[in-house]
Amino acid sequence: MIRVEPRNANSAIFSYGVPILSAFVALILASIPLWLAGAPVLISYVEMAKGVFGSKFAFSEMLTRATPLMFTGLAAALAFRAKLWNIGAEGQLYLGAIAAVAIGTGYIEAPAFILLPLIIAFGCAAGSVGMVVPAILKTRYGADEVVTTLLLNFIIIIFLQYMLEGPLKDPMGLGWPQSSPILDQGMLPPLMERMRVHSGLIIAIVCALIAQFMLARSVWGFKLRAVGENVFAARHAGIKVNRTILGAAAISGALAGMAGVSEVAGLKGYLTSDLSPGFGYAGIIVAMLAGLSPIGVVISALFIASVFVGADSMSRAMSVSSYLADLVVSTSLLCVLIGGFFSRFKLVRAKLEGKN
Amino acid sequence: MTSSPVLTLNGLSKTFGSVQAAQSINLELFKGEVLALLGENGAGKTTLMNMLFGHYMPDSGSIDIFDSSGTANQLQLGNPQAAIAAGIGMVHQHFTLAENLDALDNIMLGSEKFLELRRNKSRAMQKVQKIMNDSGLVAPMNVAVGKLTVGERQRVEILKALYRDVKILVLDEPTAVLTPQEADKLFDNITAMTQNGLSVIFISHKLREVLAFSNRIAVLRHGRKVGEISSKEANERKIARLMVGEETKVFSRKKLEVGEPVLEVDNLTISGSSKRESISDINLSVNKHEILGIAGISGNGQTILANAISGLVKPSSGKIKIDGENILSFDPSNIIQAGVGRIPEDRHKDGIVGQMSVAENMIIEDLNSSKIQSRGLLNHEAIMRYCSDLSSKYDVRGPGPNASARLLSGGNIQKLILARVFEAFPKLILANQPTRGLDMGAAADVANRLLEARQRGSGVILISEDLDEILSLSDRIMVIYDGKLRIAETHDRETLGLMMAGEAA
Repeated sequence: MIRVEPRNANSAIFSYGVPILSAFVALILASIPLWLAGAPVLISYVEMAKGVFGSKFAFSEMLTRATPLMFTGLAAALAFRAKLWNIGAEGQLYLGAIAAVAIGTGYIEAPAFILLPLIIAFGCAAGSVGMVVPAILKTRYGADEVVTTLLLNFIIIIFLQYMLEGPLKDPMGLGWPQSSPILDQGMLPPLMERMRVHSGLIIAIVCALIAQFMLARSVWGFKLRAVGENVFAARHAGIKVNRTILGAAAISGALAGMAGVSEVAGLKGYLTSDLSPGFGYAGIIVAMLAGLSPIGVVISALFIASVFVGADSMSRAMSVSSYLADLVVSTSLLCVLIGGFFSRFKLVRAKLEGKN
Repeated sequence: MTSSPVLTLNGLSKTFGSVQAAQSINLELFKGEVLALLGENGAGKTTLMNMLFGHYMPDSGSIDIFDSSGTANQLQLGNPQAAIAAGIGMVHQHFTLAENLDALDNIMLGSEKFLELRRNKSRAMQKVQKIMNDSGLVAPMNVAVGKLTVGERQRVEILKALYRDVKILVLDEPTAVLTPQEADKLFDNITAMTQNGLSVIFISHKLREVLAFSNRIAVLRHGRKVGEISSKEANERKIARLMVGEETKVFSRKKLEVGEPVLEVDNLTISGSSKRESISDINLSVNKHEILGIAGISGNGQTILANAISGLVKPSSGKIKIDGENILSFDPSNIIQAGVGRIPEDRHKDGIVGQMSVAENMIIEDLNSSKIQSRGLLNHEAIMRYCSDLSSKYDVRGPGPNASARLLSGGNIQKLILARVFEAFPKLILANQPTRGLDMGAAADVANRLLEARQRGSGVILISEDLDEILSLSDRIMVIYDGKLRIAETHDRETLGLMMAGEAA
């Protein structure tokens, strides 16, 4: 008989070594389909590395891809720390993007130092609403937030399509379902000349640092952790559980909304219904990989973006199917998640003594 | 009664951590006999039966099963399958039936071969019919179990055991959920079954039925067998005395002049979803410098009463006044602020956040205090200092203030909770089963702290099923039974034992 037991103390070797080892195992496993597809494995991996670190442009593309993942990863991590299962970051991202476009495409004419904060504030508020509503349903009526947030994603995407065909449709867009472009003074400034990476990245990292600090050192973070780890003891100790959950929901939704703002006002400039290739869902993986630590989210978002961008570039360079890139991505994620499990738990063989 | 044994337990022992749940218990069961196993909660009854049934592996000891020719066969320990094969059947207190299947399916479940293609329901039905005729245990077979009454479900449970041709049937508190009439009928059926050679062990703490329906009574206390008595020679007083013991722990409890009331509970009623979660018309008051002991076997409403005073459940009606002021909002944080310190019954679940550090658990009830935070930010150094001060003052031993609280032993978790509660200088302390599961040293520490609080001027409610503890610490004693609270006029063990068992004193 084999049982699973939590490890009592995590040694440093474990907490740093396991993710690295898992990534390594992932590369070995992913080489099997590569080899079967007839691509030279070693060269493929060199191409993959080049796709991320090979040039300033490649690296900046990776950072661009990591930015929304950091926001949605933080959104998931903070909610999950309170055991609030926000699966709706995708929808909240779009709510944020819709708000950004509604404010930023000329509705308000203002200089950048007014317009940009306004866009961010409205985007975050819209994302926030998208999570607070399911949280109220949960605290008031016990509705399972996994179901409500997940289903809200679909509702929001249909709402988005309506907005893009109707009120937000660009009159100059030749009939395409897309919004008007955000005014120049409403755009997040780029970080490097002629590169796509933008200041949303800085905002994401600052958000992560603040979240890390607040979780560890603030009363608010203390309550959030207590509610997440043991809701019974938290309630018994006089912590207002529902209020804490609603607070976590508001922050989580705002961060997901910020992902939408950052994509639309930092990268694309206008809103289409394919703004996010599933950043909201990928954020869950980013958060799990990070062990729900905000700083960890930054690192795991960089890792996942590297794998995404690198694998894409590799599949193009080696002219193998782009599905192989997806395969590499999912293998790495599975390995690192399993590795994370084993760094937190150990398997114990249960003894069966005294057989007569 | 024939005298050939069917089962002997030889020196069975089991420890859980530092708790000795069973200490070399010997027990014999004869053919056609009804043996009652009596004892307070935590006395070791269920542990013993779980060892017999192979759910627990004993630390030492052996079990012999005798076949029809009288030869002893040692039972393989720690293996439920071996126990079933040896003809031991167990009916648990909480039913283990699949509610969406009909009774016959439930009975057949588990005794069919895994890969059998055809289910022979009619043959099974014949067999069940015969058992029903022999024992008088009748239940509808083709109705989903979810639609049956509690009494019928229990008969299905027993039929399920009998269907497997058991020779020894263990019933764990079979009457806990039955009406008195149903219970009487059940015992008639059991008597009928023993005539056909079945031996029965039944666990209970209802003295009346034990005396009326068993042949022999074995009493357990603190994991030991403290007495065995033939039912004919027994009476309620004798058994009550055996159950609760006679030794008294000695604590220096000075006489104190009681002060003003700190807690008054008026006509408190809570209608929960089950009997265990309901209390009716509770009236009590606790004064300064006073310990009110509430004795009772758990499951009689203590938990819900404590939860109401802690602000965790809203009463259906009634008032709770602290220092004369009605606590209207019934919210734990208000209750804490009003000066109530709570030592929860389930310290792992309600007392600590296991994944958070020892230091964090020390301050969890005091997050607004300017000692540990300013403007919403925690002062880490101050918290660490506070935690190490309290750890030495209250002797909390463990891997340090930064370690997860779940790594502490039960006794040290309780000391952590005591530290948290006592440092708030509460007007009222609500201690619910504060020494359950603790070793002697830690238990004595808790008791001394409660006396210290009484000395200091707090009122204390001590809810416990350990009569020794109640008797040695309390100024006044009340007994809770079936959701109702009664004052114990005389503080002697036998009266209290009878009141705890629901008998008029």
